Amino acid sequence: MTTGATECLLQLYSDRHELEDYQKGVPRWCPGCGDNAILAAVQRLCRDEGLRPEKTVFVSGIGCSSRLPHYMRTYGFHGIHGRALPLAEGVRMSRPDLDVFVNMGDGDCCSIGAAHWIHAIRYNMNMTVMLHDNQIYGLTKKQASPTSPIGLRSNTTPGGAVLEALNPLTVTLGVQNASFVAQAVDWIPDVLYQIVSAAFHHRGFSFIRIVQRCPEWLPKMMDPWLQDPSRVLMLDHEDGIRLGPDLARVYKNQEKHDPSNIHRAREIASTLDPIPVGVLFRNDSVPCYEDLRHDDRLRTAELIGKGLDAEFDKFTVWPEGREA
Amino acid sequence: MDKAATPRLPKAATRETKPRKTVRRLSEHVIEIISDSGEGAQRCGQSLGAIAARMGNGVWTVEIIPAEIRPPARSVAGASGNRIRIGAGRVTNGGNESDLVVAFNEQVLLGRVQARELKPDCRILLESMWREDRDPRVAASYKETYDRLVAAGYRVTEIPMERECHKLVSDSRRGKNMFALGLLCSLYSLDLGLARDQIAITFGKKAESVIRTNVLLLEAGYAWAEENLDFKFEIPATRSDRPQIVVNGNTALALGTIASGIEICAMYPITPATSASHYLSEAFARVGGVVHQAEDEIAACAFAIGASYAGKCALTITSGPGYSLKQEAIGLAVMAEIPLVVVNVQRGGPSTGQPTKVEQGDLLTTIFGSHGDAPKVVIAPSTIEECFYAVITARKIAETFNMVVVILSDANLSSSQQPFPRPVFQESWLAPPLDQSPVPEGAKPYEWDPETGLAERLIPGRPGGMHTVTGLAHDTASHVAYDPDINHQGLRARSLKLASLQRTLKPPPLFGDPTGDLLVIGWGSTRGAIEEAVAAMRENGYRVSSMHLTFLQPMPPGIKEAMAGFKKVVTIEGNWSDDPNDAMIDESNRRLSALAMLLRARYLVDIECWTEVKGQPIKPNTIRRVLMEKLQEVGKP
Ligand SMILES: Cc1ncc(C[n+]2csc(CCOP(=O)(O)OP(=O)(O)O)c2C)c(N)n1
Ligand code: SF4
Ligand SMILES: [Mg+2]
Repeated sequence: MTTGATECLLQLYSDRHELEDYQKGVPRWCPGCGDNAILAAVQRLCRDEGLRPEKTVFVSGIGCSSRLPHYMRTYGFHGIHGRALPLAEGVRMSRPDLDVFVNMGDGDCCSIGAAHWIHAIRYNMNMTVMLHDNQIYGLTKKQASPTSPIGLRSNTTPGGAVLEALNPLTVTLGVQNASFVAQAVDWIPDVLYQIVSAAFHHRGFSFIRIVQRCPEWLPKMMDPWLQDPSRVLMLDHEDGIRLGPDLARVYKNQEKHDPSNIHRAREIASTLDPIPVGVLFRNDSVPCYEDLRHDDRLRTAELIGKGLDAEFDKFTVWPEGREA
Repeated sequence: MDKAATPRLPKAATRETKPRKTVRRLSEHVIEIISDSGEGAQRCGQSLGAIAARMGNGVWTVEIIPAEIRPPARSVAGASGNRIRIGAGRVTNGGNESDLVVAFNEQVLLGRVQARELKPDCRILLESMWREDRDPRVAASYKETYDRLVAAGYRVTEIPMERECHKLVSDSRRGKNMFALGLLCSLYSLDLGLARDQIAITFGKKAESVIRTNVLLLEAGYAWAEENLDFKFEIPATRSDRPQIVVNGNTALALGTIASGIEICAMYPITPATSASHYLSEAFARVGGVVHQAEDEIAACAFAIGASYAGKCALTITSGPGYSLKQEAIGLAVMAEIPLVVVNVQRGGPSTGQPTKVEQGDLLTTIFGSHGDAPKVVIAPSTIEECFYAVITARKIAETFNMVVVILSDANLSSSQQPFPRPVFQESWLAPPLDQSPVPEGAKPYEWDPETGLAERLIPGRPGGMHTVTGLAHDTASHVAYDPDINHQGLRARSLKLASLQRTLKPPPLFGDPTGDLLVIGWGSTRGAIEEAVAAMRENGYRVSSMHLTFLQPMPPGIKEAMAGFKKVVTIEGNWSDDPNDAMIDESNRRLSALAMLLRARYLVDIECWTEVKGQPIKPNTIRRVLMEKLQEVGKP
């Protein structure tokens, strides 16, 4: 939905960019915070894809994770808690020429923004969506989140969380129209990068749940998984991610999973331990909402004027002798 | 329209009147058509309004909507239909009680009687089929009601609508409304040819045969009235020499949205705003616009903000409950200085309140809404025509000042129809194409002008302008602010933009003399009724004037000077204010109406208020009565 003049300005060249061209400021996350790994992965992606910084928008909600756009030398929209997705949808609808990325926390996406999450999956608008799931509210200082494991002690659950954790993967895969679902962990940067890249290349709503460590509030929580690589189930497939020989040697627990198989994807999604990592599901044929709603015509003054007049005609009382 | 489809009688025949009838000339009449919902009284009323408008009469139509979707048949609370005020001159509001009612059953009629919506000597044309109803209770109820109404002084004429329609169609429930339309065309000496044209327009999408049947019913009603009724009226009409548009306020808002160049409207269904989105969903497609039905109002508002942020100003439309949900997101747009047009078609509140009823309860919420200091522009159209132009103005202000502009319409404007001159599209209504040029070295996204508070917005796509907008307090580079002065600087800039806009506004014109005993101030949809009351009082020699505010935030200059010319100032509004005569109420605790509170705070003038929240448009006669009382208080009746 751009006018003629803007359309002409869409340049087709792509500059070469260095990593620094996408980096801004010094991240204010805690040392060892998993958000740093996610930032590094998206910066690398931008560089490798040669994304033009002015044509790239990172949208976020509120939380530690939502600070990410501030550290990107691209356009960014640090929104309000829970509403990153509808903000990003608006951006995408008005500007299909922009690459849109979304970064959200687990409270952001799965609690306050849960309704938007479900519907964003349905809309299937083309955007790369990262759920930074540290299973805790980081910014507001350690309250339980919907993805906190049962029994987790937090400031709002001093006796331990009483509910089972919500599983973002099964929820996403349960929504009609889901088109790309993947899971990554922050401590395997190469795989994280591959998954972000696969998500970026998928046209549609590409959802990645990233298991993200919060050393500030849950310092040891993921240690068992870090220490025992067999507790990570690597999903290896030519339509998903490929493990290099080095990683394959460490992560021996592998499954050849075809991401077009939704039934197996749902089974894998329900597996909590080992943690599945890779592309669980992709379906390239789900239409994007912005394409369904797209109108090819340039919105010139002439088009609008004519359309308006045609509408006026429906309601006009003409003076005598000038009936339409 | 397809003229060939509608056979015309020779004009002379349609104008023919039986010699025994005298045609009474009227300056105006308020007419109601009411039925169970689904019997088409609304369509009949709207058509009548359109025909009268085509004749050149002044018209104002008001929908009569039952609160439930499907109230039981023949129920007192189930009246569905239309009230049409037809005048010889311009009509600016729905007027007072009804002069003539066509009712399809006696129960819906009772509802209107109980609501005191009929004049004491109102003429009633009542479907008579119930007198012979097979259910003895129905027949008894009908007869009893009939007798009571006659005894109460109403002039009731029984009409065998069912019987007459049955001669033409098998399911008369679906045709009675056009029979009634024919009846009314005869009664008010309206052109039958125009009525046939109107049917062709109304049923334009339907089959030829549907149009033909409805025309036959219309003609039958017309003929029956000519033959059987001994009274007939004429309201002189002067056909305008300019084309007129006949739409309701919501359609006008939607047309204004198209005309403003806005490309995206994000919404979630809510009465009474929805019909604007219904119409826009259809019409927007013509010009490549998108109506996005979001999952809720928060999403709709955020979607519009995202769209505005990255491109041209977008719009979100809602009503009370949805408006509350949008508040946090509105604050974000204010803070990040993203242009946005929000339409709030006010309804009765709080909570679910009175979804279909008029109220002006959201003014303070709108001005002070969201949290913290969130300055935004608030404008309130007062006519159907202003609903159209309000969107164009709002879009322009939003993009010039990078502000949120709220349009406060209401359930009176939304469903009322009033003709206005057909606008001529101007290219200047549209926003210029998106600026995608490189940003000069060193330019920042919030370089607030120290005097006006304005800054140039840098939208995505502009090389060199990359930054992250945020709802956190931020400096000129949009970096999150930790410095105590920066928060102050941002608040100051956002506030100054209102003052800068205010400097461009003109003093509101006075209706009546610039000096006198009493000045009435109003806003929004009450304008027509207030001015009608003031005009009537002025004709009787009272020194009353009125002033109507379109800009509520910022308020235009000149208000204090205008008030100084009067001994007393009173606001008339459709929101709550405590009654000073209530035992508990005194000066120290009386809650005043919204506008009175705002004006008192700004101008330190002892402004009175009078308000009514009955879910109905305030009637001119009610206002006259109130103004007489206020004059008494001045000591100069
Ligand atoms: C409407 C609203 N409610 C509450 C908050 C407070 N708040 C800010 S961030 C946050 C949760 C953060 O947790 P999460 O989304 O998981 O992000 P994280 O900090 O862990 O990355 C909350 C409750 C807010 N900013 N806005
Ligand atoms: S609190 Fe946790 S999530 Fe937030 S920055 Fe620190 S480590 Fe990261
Ligand atoms: Mg979290």
